[in-house]
Order: sequence, then C-alpha cells, then structure tokens
Amino acid sequence: MSERFTKSMARNIYLGGGVFSLLLFFSLSYHTLGVLPERDNRHNITPEVALGKKVWEDNNCVGCHTILGEGAYFAPELGNVYTRFGNSTEAIIGFIESRPAEGVPGRRSMPQFNLTREELVGIAEFLKWTSEIDTNNWPPNIEG
Amino acid sequence: MMKYESQAVAKPYFIAAIALFVGQVLFGLILATQYLIGDFLFPEIPFNVARMVHTNLLIIWLLFGFMGASYFLVPEESERELYSPKLAIILFWTFLIASVLTVLGYLLVPYSGLAAMTGNDIWPTMGREFLEQPTITKIGIVIVVLGFIFNIGMTVLSGRKTVISIVLLTGLVGLAVFFLFAFYNPVNLVLDKFFWWWVIHLWVEGVWELILGAILAFVLIKVTGVDREVIEKWLYVIIAMALISGVIGTGHHYFFIGTPEYWLWLGSIFSALEPIPFFMMTLFAFNMVSRRRRDHPNKAAVLWALGTAVLAFVGAGVWGFMHTLAPVNYYTHGSQITAAHGHLAFFGAYALIVMTIISYAMPIIRGQVAGSETTQRWEKWAFWLMASSMVTITLALTGAGVLQVWLQRMAEEPMSFMATQDSIAFFYWLRLAAGIVFTMGLFVYVASFFVGQKEPPRSITTE
Ligand code: HEC
Ligand code: HEM
Ligand code: HEM
Ligand SMILES: [Fe+2]
Repeated sequence: MSERFTKSMARNIYLGGGVFSLLLFFSLSYHTLGVLPERDNRHNITPEVALGKKVWEDNNCVGCHTILGEGAYFAPELGNVYTRFGNSTEAIIGFIESRPAEGVPGRRSMPQFNLTREELVGIAEFLKWTSEIDTNNWPPNIEG
Repeated sequence: MMKYESQAVAKPYFIAAIALFVGQVLFGLILATQYLIGDFLFPEIPFNVARMVHTNLLIIWLLFGFMGASYFLVPEESERELYSPKLAIILFWTFLIASVLTVLGYLLVPYSGLAAMTGNDIWPTMGREFLEQPTITKIGIVIVVLGFIFNIGMTVLSGRKTVISIVLLTGLVGLAVFFLFAFYNPVNLVLDKFFWWWVIHLWVEGVWELILGAILAFVLIKVTGVDREVIEKWLYVIIAMALISGVIGTGHHYFFIGTPEYWLWLGSIFSALEPIPFFMMTLFAFNMVSRRRRDHPNKAAVLWALGTAVLAFVGAGVWGFMHTLAPVNYYTHGSQITAAHGHLAFFGAYALIVMTIISYAMPIIRGQVAGSETTQRWEKWAFWLMASSMVTITLALTGAGVLQVWLQRMAEEPMSFMATQDSIAFFYWLRLAAGIVFTMGLFVYVASFFVGQKEPPRSITTE
C-alpha cells in the first residue's frame, strides 16, 4: 500500500466506518422491528402456537429440518408444510404421530417423539402460523 | 524459546482444540453416512443429535483455539507475562468439563429430556441451530469467556499496546457481546430468527474477522519479519472493510424470514462487498511473504497462513458471493449450496487460522524455533490432504445443491424433497469419500506432533 496512505488514515476508516455501520444497522433494525407486525402475523400467536414453538425447540426439530430455509438440510422444509399437507393440521399431527420408533428401513427416518395430544396440536398450530408469515413469496413452490 | 513463560498456558488449549476437532470430524462421517443410509445408527444416534455434536464441537474447538492463540500472542505483544496464568488454567478445565458434559448430554439423554433436566422451561434458549446448548451451559460459556477476556484485557491494558492486541481484544469483546443474544428467544419465530443472526452472522462475518485478522497479522510479522507499521496498516484496512460490508451485510439473511423487502436490496448490495476483506487478506499474506526480510525455519506455518488466506477467500468470498444476491438466494436458500459454502468458509477461515497459530506456536512452546524436517513434512501432507478433500466436499455439495435447486425448485414439475435427495445420492457418496480422506489428513496432522521429535529442529537459514 502506498506511503501516502498512512496508518492513522487506515485506523480512522476502521473506526469511522465500523461505528457508522453499526449505528446504521441498529437504526435499520429498529425500523424493521416497528414494521414487523404487518408481516409476521403475530396477532395469530395463540397459546397453542407458543406451546408449539416450545415443543419444536425441546425436540430439536431444526436439527433435521429447515424452517423458512434455516436449519438442517436432511429432511423437508417445514415452513410451508401446512400448505403442502392440504391446509390440514390433522394431516401434520397424523404424520408425526405415525413415525415408527425403529425408523423406516433404509430410509431417512424421523424419531417417534411420543408427544401428547396437546403438544401435537401445538406443533401443528405453530407450523400453520409459520406458513402465514409474509416471506416475500419464499419458497418458490410447494415442495419447499 | 518462549519470550514469556506464561505463554505456555496456550498448550492445553491447543491440545483440547485438536482433540475436539477429531471428534467433530468423526461425527461428520456419521452424518455423511446417514445421508446415504437413512437409518444408520437410528434410533440410537438420530441425525439431529450427530449434527449438534458436529457443529457444537466445531464452535467449541474454535473457541479453544482462539483462546490459546490469545494466551500465546498477547504476552508477546504486550511485552509482559499474562495477568493470571492460574485463572487461564482454571478456566481451561471449567470449559473443557462443561463442553464434554454437554456433548455427553446430547448423546446419552433424549434432547427433550436434556431440556427438561436443565430447566429449559424456566428460560428457554435451546433447540435453535448452533445454539442447542442447555441454558446453563450457555451461562457457563459466558462466565468462561468473561474470565478469559478479563485476563487478556488486564494483560493488554497494562502492557505495550499494539494494533494487533487491541484489534484482537475488540474482536473478543464483540464475540462475548453478540453471544448474549443467544439468551433472547422470543415466542415470535421471526424475531427469534432476526436476533439469532446477531450471534451467527455478526460472529463469522463481523467480530471473528477481527480475531482472524489479528492472528494472521501476528504470524505474518513473526515469519516474514516485515515492518510492523506495514502489517498494521493492512490489518486496519481489512477489518474496516469487514465491518463496513459485513454489518449491514447481515441483511443477506433477512430476505425470506418475514422481514421487510428493503433488506432484499440492502442485504444484496452490502454482502456483495463482503468478499473484499477476504480478498485483501489474500493479497496481504502473499505480499508480506514475498517481501519477507527473513527466512523463518517454520515453513509449515507459512503454508498454513497462506492456505488460510486463500481458502478463506474461496470459501467465504467466492462461495458466499455465489448465493448472496437475493434473486439467486431465492432458489438456493437452505439448500446443499448453503452447506457447501458453510464448510469451506468455516474450514478456510477459522479452522485454518487456528492451525496456523498452532503450527507457529507449538514448536516454540516445546522449546524449538520450528518443528524438525520430518514434523514439517507431515504437517504439509496434512495440510494438502485436508485442504484438497475439503475442496472436494465443497464441490460435491455444490453439485448436489445445483441439482437439488433445479429438480425441486425450478423444474416445471418440481420433485418432492425426498425424491430429489434420492436422485442426487451420487454427490453424497463423493462427499463421504472425501470426508474419509479428510479424516486421514487430520490423523496425519495429529501424528505430526509425535514424529521427528528426536531430530534437530530446523534452524534459521538466512537472516
Ligand atoms: C432425525 C431427524 C428428524 C427430526 C429430529 C425430525 N424430523 Fe421430521 N422428518 C424427518 C424426515 C427424514 C422426514 C421425511 C420422512 C419421509 O418422507 O419418509 C420428516 C418429515 C416430517 C414431516 C412431513 C414433511 C413432508 O413434507 O413430508 C413433518 C410435518 C415433520 N417431519 C415434522 C417434524 C417435527 C415437528 C419435528 C420435531 C418434533 C421433527 N419433524 C423432527 C426427520 C426428522
Ligand atoms: C469428514 C468431514 C466432514 C463431513 C463428512 C461433514 C458432514 C456434514 C454434514 C452431513 C452436515 C449436515 C448438513 C445438513 O444439515 O444436512 C454438516 C454440517 C456442518 N459442518 Fe460438516 N462435515 C465434515 C467436516 C467439517 C469441517 C472440517 C467443518 C468446519 C471446519 C464442518 C463444518 C460444518 C458446519 C458449519 C455445518 C453446518 C452447515 C450449515 O448449517 O449450513 N464440517 N457437516
Ligand atoms: C468466514 C466467513 C463465513 C463463514 C464461516 C460462513 C458460514 C456460513 C454458514 C455456516 C452458513 C449457514 C447458516 C445456516 O445454518 O443457516 C452461511 C450462510 C450464508 N452465507 Fe456465509 N459464511 C461466511 C462468509 C460469508 C460471506 C463473505 C458471504 C457473502 C459474500 C456469505 C454469504 C452467505 C449467505 C447468503 C448465506 C445464507 C445461505 C442460505 O440462504 O441458506 N457468507 N454462512
Ligand atoms: Fe452471513
């Protein structure tokens, strides 16, 4: 790097640029938090949905699945599984309930979690709520 | 050979890092097998459990590596002994025991049982990618990291202050601060995801780049003898670009999770600049090596350093850029392309910088300027085996990803996820094969610490 560009100039770019970027990022984030209610469908977060998210986390579903494209890539995307399953929470419940404890021979398998009816309803409601978030039209199609 | 006796506390940290790295990779092999033989080890070790072990061991060994690096380089930069070597040793054992217990918890108890046992109902933070640790483990991590930063901070602030030590300290403080967002887990999934990225993205594409830059700069000063002024100027420009591009670049994760549309623009534009600091790191490393004023006998360390610079740029810069523009990411989001990039970026930038400082520091801690001829030959073999197989893994996953996107997301008649996975199995076989070679490379690396110990160390050839 040229001699005319001194170390203190470099330091000033770092400090100025870094602080400016952080401040701008915090302001943008603040704005986003303000407009999120129009998109994240939060008025539909019922106690069932809240329980569902807890069940989701307590069983580490994200360790195999993606949800809105984030997580693991071993098993189907679940952000839109409610629509994929014909807008049916019962279909989701039926699927989760019917996993064989020993897995499906040779096929990628999902554990049997032995969830209670309440927890199953919670998970299904949580996935239904998730499918109603405004995600800028993602995923591209029903297969997720 | 060490300038300060307390630098030796880095040694257990480096050993633990390498041991956990071995564990990480063995679980990677399990995962890769489960991709092909779906019920392999099922239901004893389901995929999600093996994956948690794989990714959490990665984060933990990198943290051990960063801590070891700091304990080694800060006394030398500060020109004084470490504030408290004893604290460093206490924290080492605390962190190691907590890590091992957590991993055993993953393996021996069903995850929901672990959640119940550790009070996840009281303060739920578990069950999110990379942040699967029980809340008490997270609290433990905070305590260890704060103790560590206190130790390093006291040393830096009461000694000679160099750009390297200040930048390193800033990066470490940032690491601790952003980790605090791991404790915020709102019921609203969109908010949860929004702040989850403040840990993950602002780590790897923010504050960790400061740590990476500082360690790289330190090693380059040592092995090239280039003037500190020059190196420090480079370091400032690199981290300036990292923050200017990477902070708002967080927006490349705010495309499709419920956040407003303006992030499509902000995220694309700023993250498109993110390769710049990585490219500058490559220029920096090669420039300094070609302008070297001494031929340091540790040739292996130079190789690791150059390898870091190149593969960080390829993995983070090139593979990151590939899917960072919103119209592309619309199709590739959460596909094997993401996994391809995640692997080469983590390996190229962070795994390699830790191995770089280990390569430089370990011989010195063991009382030599550099490893013997044989040691270095094994290290170089390990480097090439691991680097080339990781590139192969990346290419295999990229092939898988392109086909996955095509078949499942772009075709007229899209295939289901599971059917798509079956039809791209070839690439997963390739990944498994390359993973086995990677593991062999890692064993060669471990062996390099045991071979050639009786030979005389390589000495300084020219001054
Ligand atoms: C060990 C990995 C694993 C874990 C953990 C896991 N799943 Fe699955 N899941 C799968 C696999 C594999 C499939 C595809 C099964 C098939 O098609 O045969 C699947 C399919 C599904 C489906 C149907 C998706 C579709 O489009 O066909 C739903 C719904 C589902 N999982 C929900 C969950 C929930 C809820 C949890 C957490 C309580 C969970 N899964 C945890 C592996 C897992
Ligand atoms: C033997 C070599 C390895 C194999 C076979 C392997 C395999 C895997 C597999 C199958 C996954 C899960 C992907 C999914 O969710 O579907 C994974 C995740 C991951 N691995 Fe590895 N791995 C290996 C080595 C490494 C190394 C050396 C690193 C880093 C230095 C690494 C970093 C990661 C990361 C960051 C993830 C999470 C990726 C994401 O969320 O996108 N792995 N690995
Ligand atoms: C060393 C630095 C980097 C590391 C360690 C890294 C690692 C990762 C990992 C592990 C993920 C997957 C996260 C998840 O599980 O959801 C990811 C995602 C992503 N990274 Fe990076 N990354 C780095 C730098 C970059 C850069 C410089 C760019 C852009 C130029 C970039 C662009 C992306 C994008 C767009 C995604 C989202 C992928 C998706 O939509 O699924 N990354 N990165
Ligand atoms: Fe990112």
